[in-house]
Amino acid sequence: MIKRYILPGDDFSVAGEASSSFKAVLKKLGIDPDIIRRISIAMYEAEINTIIHGGGGECEAEIQDKKVTLVFRDHGPGIANIDLAMQEGYSTAGDRIRELGFGAGMGLPNIKRYTDEMRIETAPGKGTVMTLVINL
Amino acid sequence: MEYFHSVTLDRSKCHGCTNCIRHCPTEAIRVQNGKAKIIKERCIDCGECIKVCQSHAKIVAADDFSMLENFKYNVAMPAPSFYGQFRCENSVGKILTAFKRIGFDDVFEVARGAEYVSAATRKLLAQGNLKKPVISSACPAVLRLIRERFPNLLGNVLNLLSPMEAAAILAREDARKKTGLSDEEIGIFFISPCPAKVTSIKSPLTLKKSNVSGAITSKDAFAKIRPIVETIEEDETLSTAGYEGIFWASSGGECCGSGVEDYMAVDGIHNVINVLEEIEYGKVSSVEFVELSACTSGCSGGPLNITNPFLASRRISQQSKKKTVLRKIENPDIEKLKWSEEVKSAPVSPLDEDLDEAMRKMELMDEIYARLPKLDCGSCGAPSCHALAEDIARGFANENDCIFRMRERVRELAGELFELNENYRDSKNNGE
Repeated sequence: MIKRYILPGDDFSVAGEASSSFKAVLKKLGIDPDIIRRISIAMYEAEINTIIHGGGGECEAEIQDKKVTLVFRDHGPGIANIDLAMQEGYSTAGDRIRELGFGAGMGLPNIKRYTDEMRIETAPGKGTVMTLVINL
Repeated sequence: MEYFHSVTLDRSKCHGCTNCIRHCPTEAIRVQNGKAKIIKERCIDCGECIKVCQSHAKIVAADDFSMLENFKYNVAMPAPSFYGQFRCENSVGKILTAFKRIGFDDVFEVARGAEYVSAATRKLLAQGNLKKPVISSACPAVLRLIRERFPNLLGNVLNLLSPMEAAAILAREDARKKTGLSDEEIGIFFISPCPAKVTSIKSPLTLKKSNVSGAITSKDAFAKIRPIVETIEEDETLSTAGYEGIFWASSGGECCGSGVEDYMAVDGIHNVINVLEEIEYGKVSSVEFVELSACTSGCSGGPLNITNPFLASRRISQQSKKKTVLRKIENPDIEKLKWSEEVKSAPVSPLDEDLDEAMRKMELMDEIYARLPKLDCGSCGAPSCHALAEDIARGFANENDCIFRMRERVRELAGELFELNENYRDSKNNGE
């Protein structure tokens, strides 16, 4: 089963809606609460990234027997240095975004911590595709 | 699983309007055949429906004064929020004295239990080894909400008994000492601002059996006490709780006694749900203590109270200012206050136990939802189009329950009938 979510760029008012809505879906499907928690945190962080850094995009969430796969696609600037981006506390967010309480540099490390698989395909100017897998 | 709920319906008064279904935070009410129906598995006894029902059809299964006859010695335990029902000229002492004039042998303030719980909370928080943020367990509706919708957070909940249970333990010890009677002969009655407390007495989650014998609603007690309070000139010196305990009646009162600097007090069930979502995302993990009250203004806003929550809260703060005493309990017996039962998660049943089947139902739900008008009008008896789609997928409702879908169907049928009639006429004409 696949759920699709549109993530509008730079619109903070909708940030978190997709993960919240997907969380409700997982609860109705009877997925283990602890796995739901991991999926929602990872999805929330990735959703925020897509909206803030990626200039918007979409998320495709697929539920299968043994795993949940989340694919985030954006058409933003891409990530120049993935190793650096994976470091806790590293962020390219500007002051405006930090003032809103985002951009602490914990997004990607948190996503890695809560998922079983994390793949990033990106290049400067080409946008980012991030695939996350959480085993059920 | 057996469910007990104190919130019930007076069918004769229910008009089948949609006020309650739209305000219920757990989507636990449907209107079927013109009457509201509470889904027992989902109800958390918060009493939001009592607050919004204009027909006063939502009632609480509490006890009445005749129950006092079952005991040899009766103690009234008013919640601190009860004081907020009276004008400030009526001192706490007078209110408590009035209880002794309506058939109680003694009174014991729940505020004193609150002081005890505050002391235990301070001690536990000071140890610094609890999962942050520590979530208060004092509001029984919130505790039921957490076990139903946020079971992941049960590990953050402070496993201390409520001020009501703490007070009942102390009141019982007191009564036993004073009278030499056995537990069965002593009646401990809580004067309750809310249905969730009544449920927690009749069907407790945190201990096997409540120490409280019965619950009388705040409004029933008020009706009996009010005429007497006005006539009392000299009160007996029954008021012994300090301001810390009394202040628990308002949102933020519990935080004040927590002894930590970084805390948050949240009131109103929908705000509570939003904050629990934030906690679940790990966004509040640096906060030390979170107090959550289902009702606006805390227990002062309880559905069984009669005074406006904000007026009541102001009265509480005035009353507590008159109290210069700060009773600090130095060495609370934490073991005595700990839950004896583990509170287990109780999530709403999934669409199906089998994941594949659940996904099939989910897809069906999405298809149905796409056809619904998305107005969330409630006319079908479900709180929203989403809820109706889910009810249909679960087999509890029908697409024709939606009046807009029904109208479309009628239009389609009328069209078909018209066509049929035309065809019939044509064939008749041709035949002639």
